[in-house]
Amino acid sequence: MIPLAIFGIETPGILAITALVTGIALVFLAMWIAGMISPRSFNPQKGEPYECGIPTRGESMAQFKVGYYLFAILFLMFDVETVFLFPWAVRMRALGFDGLISIAVFFTILVLGLVYAWRKGALEWK
Amino acid sequence: MQDFGIITNSIHEFFLSLMPSWAAVLCECIIIGLGLLLVYSVLALFYILYERKLCAYVQCRLGPNRVGPWGLLQSVADMFKILIKELIELRHIDKFLFALAPYLVIIASMMCFAVLPWGNGLQIIDFNIGIFFLLACSSIGVLGILLAGWSSNNKFTLIGALRSGAQMVSYELSIGLSVITMVVLAGSMSVGDIVAAQADAWFIFKGHIAALIAFVIYMIAGTAETNRGPFDLPEAESELTAGYHTEYSGIHFGFFYLAEYLNLFIVSGVASLLFFGGWMPLHIPGWEAFNHIMDYIPSVIWFLGKAVVLSAIIIWFKWTFPRLRIDQLLSLEWKYLLPIGLFNLVLMVVIVLLGWHI
Repeated sequence: MIPLAIFGIETPGILAITALVTGIALVFLAMWIAGMISPRSFNPQKGEPYECGIPTRGESMAQFKVGYYLFAILFLMFDVETVFLFPWAVRMRALGFDGLISIAVFFTILVLGLVYAWRKGALEWK
Repeated sequence: MQDFGIITNSIHEFFLSLMPSWAAVLCECIIIGLGLLLVYSVLALFYILYERKLCAYVQCRLGPNRVGPWGLLQSVADMFKILIKELIELRHIDKFLFALAPYLVIIASMMCFAVLPWGNGLQIIDFNIGIFFLLACSSIGVLGILLAGWSSNNKFTLIGALRSGAQMVSYELSIGLSVITMVVLAGSMSVGDIVAAQADAWFIFKGHIAALIAFVIYMIAGTAETNRGPFDLPEAESELTAGYHTEYSGIHFGFFYLAEYLNLFIVSGVASLLFFGGWMPLHIPGWEAFNHIMDYIPSVIWFLGKAVVLSAIIIWFKWTFPRLRIDQLLSLEWKYLLPIGLFNLVLMVVIVLLGWHI
C-alpha cells in the first residue's frame, strides 16, 4: 500500500519550491497589509534602542563570550558525524557486518573526540 | 482506509482535461500554496489559544473566555490587533538583515510544515531523504534568530540570540541522533516509507527500550529546540526582556510569535511521525476487527490528534519545571543527552541486527 503522490506530482522539488514561495508570500503579504492599515507617527525618541529608559552605552554589536564559539565548533564536529551516519543508517541491513565494522571505527573516533573535549574542559561553562 | 490521493488525482485529471500539463501543475501548486497558508495560520491561531488555555488550567484560572464562545476567537482578535499596531522605524538597526530575519524564520517553519505526513496521500513534499530535508530546513530557523538578534543592535537581543543559537545547535544533535535511531529501525529516510513501516505497529511499540529512550530524548531536545518550557533562556523575561525579538514591533514581532508556535506543532508532528506512526491508525497485530474499526477514523484526524496531544506534553513541561541556567542547559545536552543518544543508537543497531524488532 503506497499512498499516491499529491496531485500526481512525482518531482518533490517543485513542491519544495512551492512551500518556499508560500513562506515568502506569507511574510510579504502580512507586511504589506500591516503597512497599509497600521498607523504611523514619527518621534525621535521612538527610534532609540530598547533600554531601561536610559541611552545605550557603547557599541551593541560588541564582542561576545568565546564559550558560544566553542560550542558551535563542537556542534560542527558532531553534526558532520550525524550527516555521515544517515546514509549508513538507511542501508544498515544491506551493508551488514562489513558496514558495521567501518562505522564502528568512525564512531569510536568521534566518541574519543567527545571524551577529549570533555577531559579538556570544553564542555564546562566558565 | 480512505486515500486522499484519489481525490487529488481526480482534481489533477480534471485540470489536465482543461489545460496543458505545465499549467495544470502551476494551478495545483497554487492550490497547495493556498492550502498551506490556510492551515499554517489556522493552526497557529489554534495553538496560541491552546497554549493559553492549558496554561490557565494548570494555574487554576479560566484563561481567555471573553471573545467568542469559550474564548475561541481570542487569538483571531489578537491577530487583528497585532496587524494594526505601528511598525516602529528604528534608527540604529541594520535594516536589510532586520527585515530578512522574519523571512528566514517563517520559511524554515513553512518548509518543515510541508514535509509532515498530513494524511494518507496528503503528504505534500515526499523526498526520498524526507526526514533529512526536514532537519536541514529546521536549522535555517537558527540563522533567522541570530540575524534578528544581531541586526537589532541592542544588547538584550544580542545575548538572547547567542543563547538561542548555542541552545538550538546543541539540541539539534540530540534530535539528529534520535532521528537516526528511528531511521535505523525504519530502514528509510522517506517520510512516506517511515509511516508505511508502522502499518502493523507503531515504532514506539516495535522498537523496544531503544525507541522509548529515543522518544524521551527527542521530547526534551524538541522542547529546547523550540525555545520553550524550562529551556526558554533566550527569552527569559526577567533577564532579557524578550530576547532576540525585543526590537521588533507589530506584525514583525508577530512572525516570530507565529513561527514559535508552529515550531511547537512541527516538533510534535515529527515526534508523532517517528514514534506514533504519523497518520497511521493504531494497529495491533492479530486484532483484525479492531484494526478495521480504527481504519474508519480519517488519517488527518489521527495525525492532528497525535500532534496536539504530544504538544500538550511540551506545554505541560513549561508550567512544571523551573527555568535552567545556561551552564545547566549545555551540560544537560553535552554530558547527558548526547552520550545517552550515542549509546541508544548502538542499542538500536543491536536490536535491529538481532531481529528483535519484528
